[in-house]
Amino acid sequence: MSAQTHPASGQIAQGQIAPIHTDQAYNFAYLDEETKRMIRRALLKGLAVPGYQVPFASREMPMPYGWGTGGVQVTAACLTPDDVLKVIDQGADDTTNAVSIRKFFQRTAGVATTEQTTVATVIQTRHRIPETDLSEGQILVYQVPIPEPLRFLEPRETETRKMHSLEEYGLMHVRLYEDIARHGQIATSYAYPVKVEGRYVMDPSPIPKFDNPKLSQNAAIQLFGAGREQRIYALPPYTDVVSLDFEDHPFQASKADHACDLCGSNTAYLDEVIIDDAGGRMFVCSDTDYCSTRRAQGHVGRLGTAQEHVA
Amino acid sequence: MTLHSTPKPQTAPGPLLQVRGLEKRYGSRIGCTDVSFDLFPGEVMGIVGESGSGKSTLLNCLAGHLTPDCGQVIFDTRTAGPCDTVTMGEPERRMLSRTDWAFVHQNPRDGLRMGVSAGGNVGERLMAVGARHYGNIRDQALDWLSRVEIAAERIDDRPSAFSGGMQQRLQIARNLVTGPRLVFMDEPTGGLDVSVQARLLDLLRGLVRRMGLSAVIVTHDLAVVRLLADRLMVMKDGRVVEAGLTDQVLDDPQHGYTQLLVSSVLQV
Ligand SMILES: Nc1ncnc2c1ncn2[C@@H]1O[C@H](COP(=O)(O)OP(=O)(O)O)[C@@H](O)[C@H]1O
Ligand SMILES: [Mg+2]
Ligand SMILES: [Zn+2]
Repeated sequence: MSAQTHPASGQIAQGQIAPIHTDQAYNFAYLDEETKRMIRRALLKGLAVPGYQVPFASREMPMPYGWGTGGVQVTAACLTPDDVLKVIDQGADDTTNAVSIRKFFQRTAGVATTEQTTVATVIQTRHRIPETDLSEGQILVYQVPIPEPLRFLEPRETETRKMHSLEEYGLMHVRLYEDIARHGQIATSYAYPVKVEGRYVMDPSPIPKFDNPKLSQNAAIQLFGAGREQRIYALPPYTDVVSLDFEDHPFQASKADHACDLCGSNTAYLDEVIIDDAGGRMFVCSDTDYCSTRRAQGHVGRLGTAQEHVA
Repeated sequence: MTLHSTPKPQTAPGPLLQVRGLEKRYGSRIGCTDVSFDLFPGEVMGIVGESGSGKSTLLNCLAGHLTPDCGQVIFDTRTAGPCDTVTMGEPERRMLSRTDWAFVHQNPRDGLRMGVSAGGNVGERLMAVGARHYGNIRDQALDWLSRVEIAAERIDDRPSAFSGGMQQRLQIARNLVTGPRLVFMDEPTGGLDVSVQARLLDLLRGLVRRMGLSAVIVTHDLAVVRLLADRLMVMKDGRVVEAGLTDQVLDDPQHGYTQLLVSSVLQV
């Protein structure tokens, strides 16, 4: 399992597996070994100081920045030949973004892939945490567009670094204050800021705030990669993560007040989908693996039918 | 611990701020040099002098924005008593800047967050020292807006929608909301129309008196120090050339340069 893998595994992969499965033009998982070592050092530092943003020398990847090059580089540095990779985008395994990243690692690393959360050893994600509880030994890699939670009100990098080092986080609450003043409640619904182990304030990437509670005390290793901004940060297993709030406006992990129309789940995060020209709508789990697993178990929602009918 | 509570011996309070031999150079050019004075609790010190005489340099050294090349700035802290703020750690100094100290800039844009509502601007210092109750923060913001004569319904407007005078009053509210013990002001009435200046001065005087604030006010405007300052230092070429009680210095200036300053005002 990758969480316990020794650092030389990349080289073993190159020697033994690459000739069978991967494109010869690339090193295992595309990045050269030196780059992967550099990224692993940043990851270890990040794990040692949870929530702290570690600078790293982000490499050009054969895909545009918006496609999660930070996450891709972190995944590349973590993958070993035995890993089973899952890639999700907004909870779904089948979006263009997820499919192309999955293909990229199939081609460059020859690793097995899966859509099943429980089977995966490494999960790269954009905008969601899987509904199914993760377990020890799994790694969740987040794609991060803007790693700096203080950027919103303080554009100067020198100043935000100082604020982190001196724990001057009053500005985060100014941001939430502004939200309440303007909208009557904390309207921030994704990338909702958190405090890690009572120390660093961290941007959890644009996951819905519904997912924030899953950041805390998670059994998996959580790694965050921002490619354009060249930052890596991390949460080791079982880290305390608290969403910022006010005493009289406590944090709420909200979701649409519906059940999934396909699998009937009352607890999963839902996407609203327009289903016909008359403006008909349905709510479905954003986590496609979770939804199909439930349907396979016989759960049926309001609009659900026989499990094999809804692909 | 003693069983009987014996009253502490009453001693006159020491100086809030003791400045000793302060110097700041920009390369070979003197910003300010050889500046020493004491500021007592509740006292307002005015610093006057023509443009380029070193007033802002001195003020920024006192407030920890600039590091002096030599000298001491000893502040009587609440917890540890008198401490040299030049040599103390940056975390402690920054903590002082958002609790016991306040700094009012000449240009309100330098002292306000233009992208944050008036209420958020006033509330920031409260949140910086741990306030976590939205309703209470808002109540205090409203209270301070009224104290600086800004209508309650403007609380959610951004300062960019305010006039220059209102922005300056907002900056003052934002600074005073945590009850600082020492306020630094650099030309607080500087960029304002004369009528607006008068209103702001009046307001400042009221606040300083009512809150018993200690302050160091830099200005080139003698009318400002006449109204606000108990004592005065006159600066020229980075040095203090005359110091004393405000009325004495203004009514009976000893130094030739001060006489010039005072007479140029009388001619207006
Ligand atoms: N950042 C700087 N770099 C170089 N010289 C400076 C700088 N700031 C101020 N000075 C010089 O230091 C002297 C004092 O300036 P300053 O403190 O701004 O005076 P005042 O506020 O009385 O107008 C002037 O000669 C000025 O040109
Ligand atoms: Mg000046
Ligand atoms: Zn479902």
